Amino acid sequence: MTTLDKPAPAATAPTPATRRDRPIRRDLGVANVFSHGFLLIWGLLTVLPLLWMFISSFKTNGEILADPWGLPGALHWDNWARAWTGAHIGRYFLNSLLVVAGSVSLTMLMGATAAYVFARYEFRGRQFVYYLFVGGLMFPVFLALVPLFFVVRNAGLFGTWTGLILVYAAYSLPFTVFFLTAFFRTLPTSVAEAAMVDGCGHFRLFFRVMLPMARPGLISVAIFNFLTHWNQFLLPQVLMQGDESKWVLAQGLFALSVSQGYAGDYARLFAGLSIAVLPVLAVYVVFQRQVQSGLTAGQLK
Amino acid sequence: MRHGKWPLIITFLVPPVLLYVVFVVSPYLQAFQISTTDWLGYSPDANSVGLANFKTLWHDGYFWNALQNNAVLLALVPVLTIVLGLFFATMLAMGGRKGRAGVTGVRGGAFYRTVYFFPQVLSVVIIALLWKEVYHPNKGLLTATLHGIGLSAPTWLGDPATAFWCVLAVMVWSNVGFYVVLFGAAMSAVPKEIYEAVLLDGASRFTTLRRVTLPLLWDTVQVAWVYLAIFALDGFILVQLMTNGGPNFSTDVIGVRMYDTAFGSETKFGYASAIGVVMFFLTLSVAVLSLRVGRRDRIEYS
Repeated sequence: MTTLDKPAPAATAPTPATRRDRPIRRDLGVANVFSHGFLLIWGLLTVLPLLWMFISSFKTNGEILADPWGLPGALHWDNWARAWTGAHIGRYFLNSLLVVAGSVSLTMLMGATAAYVFARYEFRGRQFVYYLFVGGLMFPVFLALVPLFFVVRNAGLFGTWTGLILVYAAYSLPFTVFFLTAFFRTLPTSVAEAAMVDGCGHFRLFFRVMLPMARPGLISVAIFNFLTHWNQFLLPQVLMQGDESKWVLAQGLFALSVSQGYAGDYARLFAGLSIAVLPVLAVYVVFQRQVQSGLTAGQLK
Repeated sequence: MRHGKWPLIITFLVPPVLLYVVFVVSPYLQAFQISTTDWLGYSPDANSVGLANFKTLWHDGYFWNALQNNAVLLALVPVLTIVLGLFFATMLAMGGRKGRAGVTGVRGGAFYRTVYFFPQVLSVVIIALLWKEVYHPNKGLLTATLHGIGLSAPTWLGDPATAFWCVLAVMVWSNVGFYVVLFGAAMSAVPKEIYEAVLLDGASRFTTLRRVTLPLLWDTVQVAWVYLAIFALDGFILVQLMTNGGPNFSTDVIGVRMYDTAFGSETKFGYASAIGVVMFFLTLSVAVLSLRVGRRDRIEYS
């Protein structure tokens, strides 16, 4: 039980920021109590719903109804089993993993190659193609939804993971290209020139020299894309209707929530949500700094 | 040596461009064309009806109701999120406790930042489903808390009077943490001497926030504003999963209108695309407008 209460991993993380914040904190007075009070309240507001979800996932339905605040009498792992196998959350989880692995790889490959060309090569029409990509940042996915449905269907990709992977990648290109073009431009040209003088070809230069140099930027965008693809709901809901065995996690959770309305199996829903939340939170806590910088970099253009 | 660049440009650029044109550019272009037809979906018949869809839209009460809800979201979500974000970011940057083991306060700061960011990494689906349970009128966390301290609780999402505000609260809840981190990053780029000087002069926290932090972070706040405005004009997933626009259309937003029109009981693709086009122009003008308005009184510093 306590192991799942999960502030534990976070408590180890803070150390890096410690030193940086110290100097300003000297000459402050009474207001500190207030500031800590407010900070604590928002912290509780953030954590309590999640904590409640974890705790409830171990309770029986009777316990959930009788006392929402209470602790479980015993750890009912069977809720998790019912969610994992009975509601197929396990399968949807793996489906999501497969789709996201494919889509993030494809996005990174296509995004990095396109961005590299935009950043490093001069040719007629470069600006036009670049702005074609970056302009996509301005459009809401909504506008494309109806025609996209038919484009995917006509391509014979409706209800397939391939279709979903291609669409995810296509809609992630604007941000990926935008971010990586800026990143490739910051890399020093001297290394590339030296490699060229040594007889390194254009392709080798990219894969052996430039790509490794761009690693920090690639990691940030990859994390960003991973989270957006993993959390995607609208696109699968439109493009993956039908065959339930191919659904992704978000659809499975939605179905679980709908069926909960009839079955009254609250514990299973909480377990299903916990299964979905735990790995993402774990990844976040481990890669905290990269995740935060990856996600905020998108806004600090 | 330079003549060898074309093979690379072509291999590197053609696949992404193809992918992008097929799945992104062409649907966007088609959307504008479809919006001028009476296309009803699965049959191929579509007649051009000019701007008739937009005329119908103009007299569509449900659309106006949804638009009005989006307008309220647009007016409140960015302001509340930015104010709370700035407030907590300021607290974290300057609100440490003095004396007795100053380290505790500092360590707490990094911990808070970690925790506040949680909602940002969770999928909107999870946030919506979780809060739907929190708002549950019988077994929900909120009702239980209020009953626990002897108060009566509203039915939250079940009541047209409260449902909208419940959804709005979740929107703010899910965004604040991200902006705490974003503003925090921007604040750490501001020279610390400025804050030290202001605090030594005895400025109150609020004055510091309003007179120093806000002007210095103006660019970041402006970007935040644009993103939050776009977010407020959308709100589709949260609303669809939490209330599906109800009860009695009290939480309806344009996104839900469009989705129901296109993929609901009737598949009015032409009409739905018209809603999409209106949404696009709304988003675009709100984004351009907030950039323009912001630019006028931006304060330059370097």
